[in-house]
Amino acid sequence: MTQPLVKVEGLRKLYPLHKGVFRKPTEYIHAVDDVSFEIAPGESLGLVGESGCGKTTTGRMLVRLTGASDGQILLQDDGSMIDVAHVDRDGMKRFRRRVQMIFQDPYESMNPRRTIFDTISEPLQVQGIGTVAEREERVAELLEMVGLIPAPTFMFRFPHQLSGGQRQRVAIARALVIDPSFIVADEPTSMLDVGISISIMELMLNLAEEFDVSYLYITHDLAVARYMCDRIAVMYLGKIVEIGPTEELLANPRHPYTRALLSAVPVPDPSSVRPAVEIEGGIAKAVNPPPQCRFIGRCPWVQDICRRRGHPPLEDTGNDHLVSCYVAKESV
Amino acid sequence: MTDRLVDPDPSAAPNMADVVAEPLWQVRLRLFWQGLRSGWSSFAESRIGLVGLGVIVLFGIMAMIQPILIGTVWEPAIYDPVLGYDAVVVEKTIVPDNEVTDPATQIDLFSARLLDPLLQVGDTLVVTVQPAPPSRQHLLGTDPLGRDVLSQLMFSTRAAFMLGIVAALVTVFIATTVGAVSAFFGGAVDTLFMRLADLIILVPFLPILIVLSALIDFQLFHLALLIGVLGGFGGTAIILKSQALSVSVKPFIDAARIAGGGHLHVIFRHIIPNVLPLSFLYMMFSVTDAISAEATLSFLGLLNIDMSWGIMIHQAWDQGYLLDPNRWWLMVPAGMSVTLLAGSFFLVGRAMDEIINPRLRRR
Ligand SMILES: Nc1ncnc2c1ncn2[C@@H]1O[C@H](COP(=O)(O)OP(=O)(O)OP(=O)(O)O)[C@@H](O)[C@H]1O
Ligand SMILES: [Mg+2]
Repeated sequence: MTQPLVKVEGLRKLYPLHKGVFRKPTEYIHAVDDVSFEIAPGESLGLVGESGCGKTTTGRMLVRLTGASDGQILLQDDGSMIDVAHVDRDGMKRFRRRVQMIFQDPYESMNPRRTIFDTISEPLQVQGIGTVAEREERVAELLEMVGLIPAPTFMFRFPHQLSGGQRQRVAIARALVIDPSFIVADEPTSMLDVGISISIMELMLNLAEEFDVSYLYITHDLAVARYMCDRIAVMYLGKIVEIGPTEELLANPRHPYTRALLSAVPVPDPSSVRPAVEIEGGIAKAVNPPPQCRFIGRCPWVQDICRRRGHPPLEDTGNDHLVSCYVAKESV
Repeated sequence: MTDRLVDPDPSAAPNMADVVAEPLWQVRLRLFWQGLRSGWSSFAESRIGLVGLGVIVLFGIMAMIQPILIGTVWEPAIYDPVLGYDAVVVEKTIVPDNEVTDPATQIDLFSARLLDPLLQVGDTLVVTVQPAPPSRQHLLGTDPLGRDVLSQLMFSTRAAFMLGIVAALVTVFIATTVGAVSAFFGGAVDTLFMRLADLIILVPFLPILIVLSALIDFQLFHLALLIGVLGGFGGTAIILKSQALSVSVKPFIDAARIAGGGHLHVIFRHIIPNVLPLSFLYMMFSVTDAISAEATLSFLGLLNIDMSWGIMIHQAWDQGYLLDPNRWWLMVPAGMSVTLLAGSFFLVGRAMDEIINPRLRRR
């Protein structure tokens, strides 16, 4: 196997529940708890799960907006793996050229007082890349690539003069302007109309190929992940419960939670019968969670083994398909 | 694909060659100008704002033409606001004691005999009067020292503008920086600045100034700086910090950090530009505060300055003319000016508030 582009190992983020000045916090939200995965160059990984399961937190740790409580994030840079948490100033600069992010809210992710040109060229400007004229050329080129044509009419507008879809195109242009190798996209289309969100996804796929960039694509919608990603990781309360190649995972979902998610997705072919899994209750917050399986409270398959042992490890079931469930593993 | 290009008038679109040919600073200048124009057109919808601005402009003109008048039609020896002197000569008829009906043309026998013991009732006497009532030479009369009130009033306008604007600039510069830094860094820096602000709010402004004026020989410029510093580290800092805080949690701040922007880039390019409209608004309110504070301190005789509206009122009071309706020109013009100018800046501030603060917008 080739060297991965991103390698995450044992990533963990704990948020103290009460921020006391004098007392040490005793309760923590385990927002992300021991998460590991790899992303190959040019490959896109979908991160799927209900609201509050830690998708955004994971993404923010990968771009270093949030520090990790524990674990390692490695990024391939010129053939060697650099540890993202322990880079010096120079390394940080290089890191900022390789990793970018696209945000969920197209209305809040751009400074309302700066023009589209300023917004897109910001990475070039703060990192001192190119002359002003070169930046203008580059921004115009990118505007055309993301479908804001003719570029000059958009260059010196302000964000409020653009529609949500157009802004998300600007956000994509901003993420691509310094030619990164890895982009975290946090539900980039969840706030757009269906038609527009499809055109944005199409654009992101085309550009991924053109720029040879990998996505960590965060979504709560399995159908979107299927369209966008080569592999899918399903998250539940801070843990990855199942991960595998998109078609394999969707064809043979093993974890009861994945099955439940799938039964919530409308099926294009009504004759296909899917093993429906009903789960009850809403997602909780993982505050000082018990050592057992995170899903135990809502799982329809609970067995003795689940109560006796800790959270099940992710284990390979073949075809690069990993699942974290004692019962599902046995049924293979 | 509906979001692709929806440009209303593609024929108006400049082509690529034009865009690259037009230098960036020129584009920015044009955008800045457009921003100003649209800001002005929303401001112009507010009647109170326009009234306030009109009054400010009138005072501005007054302040500017005083030195011109002194150099041309006004004889400096007479009209200088501080050193001028004019003995206004009036002929008065002597009437018996307690029968004075018109003090401008009559004088009682007792007072007349203090000047010349040989005078009788019915004689006329030429006296110099200070303060003299309004006349052709002195449109607003003269003060108890024989100086032209109109000239003093106009001269003081300049001082009021200087004081108000310096104080407001200092306030807003400090408050914006403190607010942005507090909001961005949080923690100990934030705690320090916010407790300092609480302290300044807690200890009332005027008593501090009174105590300080006893210790320091206060010039107008010092007062402006002091009001600016107290305002800047005080309440205005808290208001601007809360605005900065609401800006600093926006995703575009995260985007700037991911772009590689450092602390200074984020603070100066993203947080402060989004706080500035509010800063500008509070600048108007600090002008109001500064002008009122100066008038109060001068009235109390705590400032070492030659002339200001407050000094004019102070002198009227000092000579016992403060509430004398027959000497209205000593008190009314200066008092009105303080109220009007301070009030106008307040009105302009309110009008700007309606533009900046969408909740107050009527539309
Ligand atoms: N800054 C924070 N401080 C405290 N708790 C936080 C913070 N950020 C996230 N959390 C908690 O961490 C958990 C995971 O949040 P996260 O935003 O990563 O979820 P998500 O999967 O992105 O959800 P969504 O689909 O709603 O965006 C939640 O329980 C949330 O309340
Ligand atoms: Mg999220």
